Amino acid sequence: MSTQSDIAATAAGWTGADQVEVLTFELNGELFALHAVAVQEIMDLAPETVVPGAGDFAGSVINFRGKVIPLADLRVAFALERGAPTIDSRIVVIEIELSGEPTLVGLRTDKVHEVTTLARADSEAPPSVGMRWRPEFIQCLVKRDGEFIVVPDLQTIFNQQQDARQPVASATRH
Amino acid sequence: MSQQDAIAVFQVEARETLEMIEQGLLDLMAAPGDRGLIDAVFRGLHTLKGSGAMFGFDALAAFTHHCETAFDRVRKGEVAATTDLVSAVLAARDHMRRLMEDPKGDHGAAGDILLVDLERAVRAADGAAGPADAPPAMTTWRIIFDLPENAFRNGSNPLALLAELRDLGEAQVVVDASQIPPLDMLDPTGCHLRWTVVLTTDQPRQAIEDVFIFVMDDMSLQIEAIETDAPKTPAAEASAGETSAPETPPASNAGAEAPPAPARDVAPPAAAVAEAPDGARTRTQESVRGPADRLDELMDRVGELVIAQSRLSQIASSGADPNLRTVSEEIERLSGELRDTMMVLRMVPVSTLFGRFRRLVHDLARETGKTIDLATDGETTEIDKTVIERLADPLVHLIRNAADHGLETAEDRVAAGKPATGRIALSAHQSGGEVVITIRDDGRGIDRDRVRAKAESQGLIEAGAVLSDHDLLQMIFHPGFSTAAAVTNLSGRGVGMDVVKRTIEALRGAIDIASRPGEGSEVSLRIPLTLAIIDGLLVRVGRGRYVIPLAAVEECLELSLDDDKRSRGRSFISLRNSLVPYLRLREMFETGTPPELHQKVVVVSTGTERIGLVVDQIIGDHQTVIKSMSKLHSGLPTFSGATILGDGGVALILDVGHLVAKGQHQEAQMREAI
Repeated sequence: MSTQSDIAATAAGWTGADQVEVLTFELNGELFALHAVAVQEIMDLAPETVVPGAGDFAGSVINFRGKVIPLADLRVAFALERGAPTIDSRIVVIEIELSGEPTLVGLRTDKVHEVTTLARADSEAPPSVGMRWRPEFIQCLVKRDGEFIVVPDLQTIFNQQQDARQPVASATRH
Repeated sequence: MSQQDAIAVFQVEARETLEMIEQGLLDLMAAPGDRGLIDAVFRGLHTLKGSGAMFGFDALAAFTHHCETAFDRVRKGEVAATTDLVSAVLAARDHMRRLMEDPKGDHGAAGDILLVDLERAVRAADGAAGPADAPPAMTTWRIIFDLPENAFRNGSNPLALLAELRDLGEAQVVVDASQIPPLDMLDPTGCHLRWTVVLTTDQPRQAIEDVFIFVMDDMSLQIEAIETDAPKTPAAEASAGETSAPETPPASNAGAEAPPAPARDVAPPAAAVAEAPDGARTRTQESVRGPADRLDELMDRVGELVIAQSRLSQIASSGADPNLRTVSEEIERLSGELRDTMMVLRMVPVSTLFGRFRRLVHDLARETGKTIDLATDGETTEIDKTVIERLADPLVHLIRNAADHGLETAEDRVAAGKPATGRIALSAHQSGGEVVITIRDDGRGIDRDRVRAKAESQGLIEAGAVLSDHDLLQMIFHPGFSTAAAVTNLSGRGVGMDVVKRTIEALRGAIDIASRPGEGSEVSLRIPLTLAIIDGLLVRVGRGRYVIPLAAVEECLELSLDDDKRSRGRSFISLRNSLVPYLRLREMFETGTPPELHQKVVVVSTGTERIGLVVDQIIGDHQTVIKSMSKLHSGLPTFSGATILGDGGVALILDVGHLVAKGQHQEAQMREAI
C-alpha cells in the first residue's frame, strides 16, 4: 500500500481501524459514502423554504424535528446535473462542525443505498489530475465491485461554501 | 467527572457558600445575637475550609481556617458579634472569594492584613459577651449516637469520632450491636452499630457537638448531662443481651434502650438535629442547578411537541372520530401548559440584576464624593434569563449617568432646597408582555439648552430648528453625543447612551427618557418578557411565507394597481402627505411569480424611520417561536431567524432594522437621481 493512500485513509476516519462503517447513496448516478456515525436520520422529502439570497448550495431550509436546518445540495459542489426529485429521493440529516459549532444539515440524495463497511485496503487518494471534480472536495475513493465510491470531504465543502456564500440579492430598482 | 469538572463544581458551590456567608453576616449586623445566623456563618466557613482543602485550594483553606478560628469564639459566646468584627469577617469573605476565583494569584500580603484586622476586632469584642455559656468545671455527659447505614460509604469513621471523644476527657464506650441483622442479610459495608459514651470532661457541650460536625446532618445524636461533678460510674449495669461489647463497661439502661428524650437537657440538641436535615431539604427544593443549555434543549422539545400537536389537531378536526378529537384537545391543553411552564422556568427575578448595583452605587458615591441612596422596587419581577444578562451593561451606563451627570453635589442640593443625599431609584414592573425598568434620579435634570447647543455644534440639528421636547431629549442617544464638559472616569465619553439604545433595541425593546429641570430625570426601558417568542405578522411573498415582528408594524394598506403603475420608476407611496419608500419583496426575493392583483403594503418602522414592504398576501397574526438560523445562513442580513408554522413548514423572520436601513439607502439614491 502506498503512503499516499495511508494519508487518505487516515483522513477518511480509518484512524487505527481497517474498516469504517458508511452510508452509501446516489447523486446523479454516482455513488457516494458518508461516515455512518455522522448520520442522524434519513427522511423523506419535506416542504422546503427557499432562503432568498442564500445561493444554490444551501438554498433552502427545512423543519427537522422542530429545528430549522439548512438543506444542502452536494451536486452543486460537484457540478453535477440537478434533476427533479424522484420517488427515491431522500434527505440525509448529518451533523458537521461549522465555525466550531456542531450543526445539523440536511443533504439531498437521489437514492439511499445501504449502511456498509468499507475496507481501508480498498481506498485510494483522489488522483490529482484527470478528475472532473475538485480533488480537495474528496477524502478518498474506495473501489468496490468494480466501481468507485466517492467519500466527499464535507468539512472542506461546507467551509468553502460558507466562505463563498453570495450576499443577499439587492433590491431591484425601477 | 474529570478533576477540572470537579473544580468547576466546587467553585459554583463555593460561590453559593460565600453568598450565604455574606447574607448571614449582613443579617448579623442587624441582629448581633442571633445564634442561628452565627451557626449558619460558622458552618459556611467550615464547609469552605473543608472542601477548599479537598480540591487543592490550599491558600483558601488556610485563610478560611484562621477566620473560622476567630469566628468560633463568637460562636462559643466568648466574644460578641460587634459591627467591627462582622465587617472584618465580611472583608475576609471578599478575600476568600478572590482566593477561590484566582487560586494561583499572590494574595498573601492582603490576607495577612485582613487577618490582623480580624484579630484586632476579636480582641476589641472580647469580654463584650455575656458569661451565660460558661460551662461548669467538670461535667459527665451521656452521648448516644447512631450513624446512618451508609456512613462508611460516605467516609465517616466511627473510630475516629470515638478517639476524638476520648481526647476530650475520660470516656467509657459501650457499643450496641442489637441492630445487626442476621448474617445472611448482613450488608458488611453498612453501619449497624450504635454507641453510648459516658464522658467526663471540662469541655462545654459545644466541644462534644463539634466532634460530630461533619456527620451531624444524617445521624441521630443525643447528648445529656448526667451529673455535674458526678461519680465516675453513674448508672446500673447494662443487661447483657443489649450490650455485647467485649469490655462491657458500666452503661445505663436508659442509654442502651435509647428512650426518646428522657431528660429536658436532651431537647435542644435533638431539635437542632431535627432542624438541620429539614433546612437542607428546603434548600434543595428552592433551586435545582443545571446548565442553561439544557433548558434550551427542553424548550426545543416543547417547540416540537407544539408543532406535532398542531398537526394532530388538524387531522383530528378533519376526521369524524370524536375520541380522537377529545384526545387531541387534551394534548393541545397539555402542550400549551407545558410551553407556559417552560417559559416560566427560564425566568429569573430582576433582583439578581439589581443586587449587583448596590456595590456600584457605593463605589460611585465614593468616586464622586456625593452621598447617594439607592432604592429598588419590584425586584420580584421576572424576565427571561438571556435578557437579564444583556441588560446589565446598559443599566450600569444609566446608573453611572445618573450618579455623575444627574445628581448634584451635596452643597448644590442643599442650596437648591433638596435633601443632601441624592437618590437613585431602580424599579421594575410587568405590563402586558413587557417589563418596564425605570432608573430615576432626583438630580438637576437634563439641561435642554446644553443639549441643543451640543446638537447644533455637532451638526445633528440646524441652528434654531424647532424640535419637540421629546425629540430634543432623543438627541442624547446619538453616537458621540455627550454634554459633560469634562470627560470623567465614570461617564461623559459619549459612548454610553447610543450603546444603551442599541442594546435595548437588539432586545426588541424601547427606551424612553423624561426629565424635569431641577427635579430629576427618568429613563424607562421597555423590554419584551422573552426573546424566545414574539408576536408576528405572517405574510406571503410568492410561494414563501415570512414573519414581520408585529411590534414594528405601523399599518397595512393596499397597493392598488394604479398606485403600482404610477409608482414605477419611483418606489414611493404617499401616506398622509408624506412619502414612504417601499421595497418590493417579491422582486427582492426573486420569487419568479407574477404579482397578485391586490398587493399589500406593510408599513414598518424603527422609531422614526419607516418603509413599506410590498407583499402578496397578509395571512394574519402568528405566535412566533424564534429559531436561530444555522451558520450557513446566519450571515444573511435580511433575516433575523426562522420559525415553524402550524403545518410544519418554515417561515423566515424579516429583520426590520436591516430592511428599513436598506429602504432609507434607496431613498437617498432616489433623491440623488432626481
